[in-house]
Amino acid sequence: MSMPAYYTAKDKIWHYAFRVICYAIFFFLLAPILIMIPLSFNAQPFFTFTREMLTLNPEGYSLRWYRDFIGSESWMRSIRNSFSIGIAATIVSTTLGTLAALGLSRSEMPAKGLIMGILISPMIVPLIISAAGMFFFFSSINIAQTYLGVVLAHAALGTPFVVITVTATLVGFDQSLTRAAANLGASPARSFFKITMPLILPGVVSGALFAFITSFDEIVVVLFVAGVEQRTIPREMWSGIREDISPTILAVATILVLISIALLTVVELLRRRGERLRGLTPQ
Amino acid sequence: MSTKLKLIGLSSVASVLALSAAAQNPVSLTIVSWGGAYTASQQRAYHAPFMELNPHVTIANDDGSANALAGLRAQAQAGNVTWDLVDMLPSDAQLACDEGIILQIDHDAMLAPAPDGTPASEDFLPGSLGECFIPQIVYSTVLTFRPGAFPADAQPASIADLFDVENFPGRRALQDRPGTNLEWALYADGVDPDDIYEVLATPEGVDRAFAKLDTIKDHIIFWTEGAQAPQLLADGEVAFATGYNGRMFDAIEVEGMDAEIIWDGQVVEWDGWVVPADGPNVDLVMEYLYWATDTQRLADQAKFISFGPARASSAGVVGQHADLGIDMAPHMPTNPDNYFAPIVLDNDFWADYGDELRERFANWMLQ
Amino acid sequence: MAMADATAQTGSATDSRGRLLTSDGTPLRRALERANRRRKLTAFALVSPLLAFILIFFAFPILQMMWRSVDNPQIVNALPRTLDELRDWDGRAVPPERVFVALHADIMDDLERPRREQRIGPLGVRLNYELSAARSAISRTARDVPNFEAPFREAFTDAHRLWGQPELWRVIQREGRPLTLSYYIAALDREYDEFGNIVKRDENRRIYVSLFGRTLALRLVITGMTFLLGFPIAYYLSSLPMRYANLLMIAVLLPFWTSLLVRTSAWIVLLQQQGVINNTLVGLGVIDDAGRFSLIYNQTGTIIAMTHILLPFMVLPLYSVMRTIPPSYVRAAKSLGATPWTAFRRVYFPQTLPGIGAGGVLVFIISIGYYITPALVGGQSGRMISNEIARHIQQSLNWGLAAALGSMLLVGVLVLYWLYNRLVGADSLKLG
Repeated sequence: MSMPAYYTAKDKIWHYAFRVICYAIFFFLLAPILIMIPLSFNAQPFFTFTREMLTLNPEGYSLRWYRDFIGSESWMRSIRNSFSIGIAATIVSTTLGTLAALGLSRSEMPAKGLIMGILISPMIVPLIISAAGMFFFFSSINIAQTYLGVVLAHAALGTPFVVITVTATLVGFDQSLTRAAANLGASPARSFFKITMPLILPGVVSGALFAFITSFDEIVVVLFVAGVEQRTIPREMWSGIREDISPTILAVATILVLISIALLTVVELLRRRGERLRGLTPQ
Repeated sequence: MSTKLKLIGLSSVASVLALSAAAQNPVSLTIVSWGGAYTASQQRAYHAPFMELNPHVTIANDDGSANALAGLRAQAQAGNVTWDLVDMLPSDAQLACDEGIILQIDHDAMLAPAPDGTPASEDFLPGSLGECFIPQIVYSTVLTFRPGAFPADAQPASIADLFDVENFPGRRALQDRPGTNLEWALYADGVDPDDIYEVLATPEGVDRAFAKLDTIKDHIIFWTEGAQAPQLLADGEVAFATGYNGRMFDAIEVEGMDAEIIWDGQVVEWDGWVVPADGPNVDLVMEYLYWATDTQRLADQAKFISFGPARASSAGVVGQHADLGIDMAPHMPTNPDNYFAPIVLDNDFWADYGDELRERFANWMLQ
Repeated sequence: MAMADATAQTGSATDSRGRLLTSDGTPLRRALERANRRRKLTAFALVSPLLAFILIFFAFPILQMMWRSVDNPQIVNALPRTLDELRDWDGRAVPPERVFVALHADIMDDLERPRREQRIGPLGVRLNYELSAARSAISRTARDVPNFEAPFREAFTDAHRLWGQPELWRVIQREGRPLTLSYYIAALDREYDEFGNIVKRDENRRIYVSLFGRTLALRLVITGMTFLLGFPIAYYLSSLPMRYANLLMIAVLLPFWTSLLVRTSAWIVLLQQQGVINNTLVGLGVIDDAGRFSLIYNQTGTIIAMTHILLPFMVLPLYSVMRTIPPSYVRAAKSLGATPWTAFRRVYFPQTLPGIGAGGVLVFIISIGYYITPALVGGQSGRMISNEIARHIQQSLNWGLAAALGSMLLVGVLVLYWLYNRLVGADSLKLG
């Protein structure tokens, strides 16, 4: 947003004011995270900055909550659970969602509007209602309080994101490419993996990430459907908040933020790669 | 003949083998409780020693007690009960018992007598045993305040002071439910603790309680989760907070929070075990219950948390806090010094009028 | 053979009636239809696994839950004889002896059943939803029923006062049907009067309608706030080169990927009276110690925390729409003499409407499901309809009322989504 030379004084003021406003909003977005990181090193079990912390006295800081976290069997289990449930749910929702998006983006697809409505309904229906319905149903077929139950529930919640993002990438997809591949003798599977997949990959990856984060940060359905064996990180944090609010959850969150930054970097790299690939395709 | 004998011999050997195998087969019990410091105290007083005595048993803690009623009913309706033992409040236990989803308890047959031979039904504190309910502890909801919020010569000392915003200004953290709050409103309004539920069962009594609550409404912050009350006090957000006495003990004595408990008008309630009907290991659970609710075990729990044991015979055995080494007796709700004006929570009353009063309370909060 | 030759010669073929044929001799029209059908089937086959999955594990459970809002088996199952005898009771005075005889027989029957199948317990719980203390009337009486002796009317009314009140009997008579509307009536803050008319509840017991209203109003404010904050930064991001935009995008995505509960706790730390913001303001001398702002445990707290949590859901669709708007349009408008403001208002802004629609709907709908944050930061104003649904499922065990409230909320949301679909089109739902 470089400033054109012909700007008047009023334009200039507005130009800078707008930037200040934008950076203030970015600050608003980051403030809770910026506050969380130093507090996770608090030596006291409360969520307030102590005098020692404010005067930068080293005694006000400690790794107590990180030790607490690493030494706790239930936290470690929750990490394993969150990743395994998240990954399993992501695989289910990405596979089913990508297939469905491929079907939905074909012009021959019958009753497209209705089916699209049903497929993205997990995003539309308020979580409490989904959770309640699944609680009753999963109890009645004996998959409440099992990994299977939580994975299926999270997979259902994640699919709309996959369907939406993959459908969006397919809007610009040139169907003649697959036809050309078929003409040249490629099997449908081969043409899918060689032609379609690389082109829709950015959509699939971003949908998968949305699905994963949906599962990873989900608490309401977990509260209803998961048992003690399936407790995820948010569920463990929920106990923390209910039972004894200790900065351990801040330590966990700090670690997770670092993981998020790593994942975001991966996405950005993939996106750039996708752009390169797309640049090669004849439009 | 000889083959028949042999067969009998073989089958009896087999059954003996099967029995001993059963005794050593690893069994996992899922015990549902409140989590946090409370589950930790049960783990140290009951679960860990029980597992030491019975090496084939492992106990998994589930902190689902807050929603245990829904879980019990859903499991019972699905015919797939996965919980072995559940810790809950007597009012919830009564509801579950009415629905037939937890087992009825024959107290004298299923529970250990006191060391002097007093049968369980007489040893447990009067009124604490339920049709399906075995109490472990007496806890109370108490008023706590921050001494720093008031001048040294004018510290609050009673429930009436909670309702006196003139002399004791500052915000008050109350639980967002009618229970305790309505009782205290009437108590502060001059109703005798023994008559509170009689008054509250009449429409005029309810109006009277809400009118009293109106006087402090603008000074209330409502809390929902048990950990919020000590947190609000510790952060200096409020001058008064209501909370469970065990949690307040923890925050004050263990974490060093600057706060004091007012025992006046403490609302006393039981908490204890229920056994889901059709649970996976009912026999083992009964064995566990017989042991874990005996006089010594109940007294042991008080080493780890300041809740009073539910047996009269345990009172004399209560010792010192396991980690802090302080005498626990003065911190028990049932200690005579603290038990001077208790309000005993009436679960029957709340089972009958709870829905109606919760609606009225929610409406009052919305106004 | 001749036909094949003809094909080879002319490149097309017709049958005797002049219809176009394909190389294997089928009429072209039918072949095209078949191919079309096959393509349709393939498309459907691709969609069907997910469709089946969603229908079984998502749609069916929700319908099953909605069924609970009208399902009413408890009284019919427990008191068949009593209901028979009550059929022509006028609902005014206490019913005659024969009704009590039937009641006695029903309860005696029930006591014969194994405990798990007894129907008296659920009956008491069910009746208590309609009339306080009905639960103890049932459970206390049931224990003594085997010792009752005729006349039963006295025996019952002695055992519990409610048996002598027509009110309890009216409830039994009215709700003695396999389906009921009473949960919806309660969910609308209404009740039956003594003549069986539906009337408004006592003013001090009405909650759900105002909770619905509050949930709606607060969600609208939050959606508006996310728009006010989200539009400028989405615009700013879309005007930057990709590389910088992606870098700044981290500021949007990081909070999005940080646990809801952690962000909620962080806002408590920031906003409370002894929190970071108030302490900083007092430290800077902007306000004095007594004038600390109340930023949390009220609506302000809910709005700040929820706006923060939902902002990414507004920024992402807006950004993806804004990226596709060619800057040349605005340039063209300006070169034709429009002021920057006019160019923005008349040319740029209308093109962002699909993004605003998508973001708005997303934020609004998702915010209804997020009930945990308001409960933690909103104090008494943080109770929403979702909290009541959760409470009725998990604690009060009134699953019928929870289902009725849930169904009403669901229908409201679906109507809203349908409107959005009509006005903007669901295709515009994009996520970066």
